[in-house]
Amino acid sequence: MTSDRQTETEPSAYRATPARRALAFIRNTWRGLTSMRTALILLFLLALAAMPGAMLPQRSLNEPKVREYIAEHGWWGELLDDLGFFAVYGSVWFAAIYLLLMISLVGCLAPRSVEYFRSMRAKPVLTPRNLSRLPHHATGTVAGDADDVFAAARSRLKGWRTTERDEGDGYKSISAEKGYLRETGNLLFHFAMLGLIIAFAVGKMVTYEGQVIVHADGSEFCNSGIYAYDSFNPGLRVDGTELTPFCVRVNDFEPTYTDIGQPIEYRADIEYSSGDDLATNTWRPYQLEVNEPLRTAGDRVYLLGHGFAPVFTVTFPNGEKRTKATQWRPADQTTLLSDGATKFDPPGITDSEQRRDKQLAVTGLFAPTPVFNGKILSSAGPRLTDPAVAVDIMRGDLGIDSGYGQSIFSIDQSQVEKGALERVARENLRVGESITLEDGTEVSFDGVRRWVSLQVSHDPTQVWVLGFAVAMLVGLALSLLVKRRRVWVRVAPAADVEGGGRTVVEVGGLARTDQAGYGDEFDEIAADLLNQDTRSP
Amino acid sequence: MPVDETLSRFSDWSYNTATLIYVLAMVFFAVEQAFGRAGRLRAERTAAPRRELVGAAASGPSDPASLTPTSNASGASATPPLTPAARRSTSRAARFGRMGVSLTVLAALLHLAALVLRGLATSRVPWGNMYEYMMAVCLIAVVTWLVVLRKYPSVRHLSAFVLLPVVVLLFIGGTMLYATAAPVQPALQSYWLIVHVAAAIVSSGMFLVPGVASVLYLMRAAHESNSSRFAKLAGHLPGRQVLDRVSYRTTVLAFPIYTFGVVCGAIWAEAAWGRFWGWDPKETVAFVAWVVYAAYLHARATAGWRGKPAAWINVTGFALIVFNLFFINLVTAGLHSYAGVG
Repeated sequence: MTSDRQTETEPSAYRATPARRALAFIRNTWRGLTSMRTALILLFLLALAAMPGAMLPQRSLNEPKVREYIAEHGWWGELLDDLGFFAVYGSVWFAAIYLLLMISLVGCLAPRSVEYFRSMRAKPVLTPRNLSRLPHHATGTVAGDADDVFAAARSRLKGWRTTERDEGDGYKSISAEKGYLRETGNLLFHFAMLGLIIAFAVGKMVTYEGQVIVHADGSEFCNSGIYAYDSFNPGLRVDGTELTPFCVRVNDFEPTYTDIGQPIEYRADIEYSSGDDLATNTWRPYQLEVNEPLRTAGDRVYLLGHGFAPVFTVTFPNGEKRTKATQWRPADQTTLLSDGATKFDPPGITDSEQRRDKQLAVTGLFAPTPVFNGKILSSAGPRLTDPAVAVDIMRGDLGIDSGYGQSIFSIDQSQVEKGALERVARENLRVGESITLEDGTEVSFDGVRRWVSLQVSHDPTQVWVLGFAVAMLVGLALSLLVKRRRVWVRVAPAADVEGGGRTVVEVGGLARTDQAGYGDEFDEIAADLLNQDTRSP
Repeated sequence: MPVDETLSRFSDWSYNTATLIYVLAMVFFAVEQAFGRAGRLRAERTAAPRRELVGAAASGPSDPASLTPTSNASGASATPPLTPAARRSTSRAARFGRMGVSLTVLAALLHLAALVLRGLATSRVPWGNMYEYMMAVCLIAVVTWLVVLRKYPSVRHLSAFVLLPVVVLLFIGGTMLYATAAPVQPALQSYWLIVHVAAAIVSSGMFLVPGVASVLYLMRAAHESNSSRFAKLAGHLPGRQVLDRVSYRTTVLAFPIYTFGVVCGAIWAEAAWGRFWGWDPKETVAFVAWVVYAAYLHARATAGWRGKPAAWINVTGFALIVFNLFFINLVTAGLHSYAGVG
């Protein structure tokens, strides 16, 4: 306002040149952005923007569910998809909010840090003239020489930052201040948060995560490239060419359950080889459990899940046998009722046309503890007790050679719809039982193996994140629990007492932050300085 | 790990008895709130804004000392003199209030017994499913309130408002979320279950108190700007400063514990799920609630955001904590699905 009026009356004093206007615009934007009001609004926006991630399915967590949601909600689902609501934390608007918040934070912290260093060198403020106006106040006359009382007050305020002043007329005062750690903690918290966000962001660049299913029968997995994984989520700057080499061999997996089938313990008996051990082919044993990842070569290997791989043997009419144990996926996590498809190529046929007519797939359900409701198979629990399968045998062209990738857990339904793949038998089987097809092919269910799903995680920055998080906690505790407070003491020889030797002491106190509870501490200090008994009414 | 069913049964009995006694205590407090003249007088006294001349250095809200226990005691002598009849009714209502406190303490002890017995029955920490979690959160809320009562005896007649959500939560926990005593699944078998969940319980339980105080603050504020709103209720509430102070001081203690809980959760997630932060729904809402409480702390130090806006933020924060407990556990499917319901 003032400057406006000035421009009107004295046009020569301030000329709004484009450069100045731009400067003013930048300055005002900066001030607006770094004000607490803006920071608060940005905080709310951040909170609001993060919520859809909890309410809507997210690509990073559950891709099939996202597709299902979009399919169910039509144009609304597609709109949400276009606006990035299924990948909230990677969306432009989310990034915009936290980047603005970070700028706001830096803009707030920079001047505060300067102020902080200045105040660390500053002396406590002058003693107010009238101490009785302070929220905490006490006065009294005590025995003793003014200098002695002053010295006693000085030693009582040890640990406080103090300055002493001679105010003339025999008046002397001490200004004392304490609780500087509050601001230290506050700055520490905010800087550590900044560091944490940066470490988190760097982590998103260099981290990778891969999942792989390994049969628990001595099979090996090596972290040698993306191809070794079933799924792989690289960070933005990971191309998968420089993975840390190590290998894991899964020898056994044994879950423990309560009587009602509640899991108590999952344990995989593994061996691993990393670093120099790789060259010498040395394997070290490890018990991989749910909360006990294997940490080796800077990476971590986790036990994520487990399941079954039913073993089927197909005896072809010409007498040749093929045995396969393909992993089936648990459809129900409590009873481990699993589904899947075990696919076979007929042997001895070199002509691809012919071979494609005779491919076989054993597909259906597997129950570790089977319950039959009529002919319908379900599972009563996750334990392996006389397991059974309910399978369809499909024959024809599986579509494996079509060039399209297909799920290891299922057959390509479009082949069935096309009529290229036909069901030739449907049966429930227990271990040892078999089906004979009309052409003499025999499919037998021989048993079951277990598999475990492992995850390899690589994130060299997480140690930094942890460090910053701890620093944040320390800073937070300091800034919320330490009180910034001041106390002033003024002494003067009592004028009206004959012979001297009496001193008037006045104490005033003020808590600089709105923390209650300073009263007690002040009362103690005042009582010590006034010796209580000589306190004036 | 066998489950001791006798102890588990004793635990259930303690739980039910504690809930009933809380209800009884609530009735007693309601009597004090409704008939206690002391409450109303105190409300009038604290409602009058105290102006302090503190000199140039006074920047924050006015002097906290006027609300500390010591000055409350000294302030009591300044109460306007009562007629003998009024004094009798006041003391009678106050007696109800004191009995209410005794009942609350008794119920809290039974509540604690229920929790401890549950732990002994299952040979693990008694917070492995949603029922046990709620039981522990409610216990912390009650204990926090008892501590607040020690510091601010003048808010005793508000106890009914705090016990109401506690009783509702205990009822929901005991009927809809009840889970039989059982060992926990492998993912929960970690010492982080003790630390992380305990921090979550303590902070959530503590956050209930500022949540309730902030609701009362908003009612009081609405009443002050228009005396016909909440006329019956808000006239008996203490001044806005007292409510604000109770909210702030409890939040300030609970917030670092909550932060600690989230950090512990991240450390545990790194060991159990392969990453320290993955925007699992529970993590997300915990983060959102954290941001909201951080906003509360900032709002309370920002001109124009003190008072009503800050109270709204605090209520939002607690609503998110409750939302995170119920909605995320029961409705969405995330990694934190340990409710043990259904």
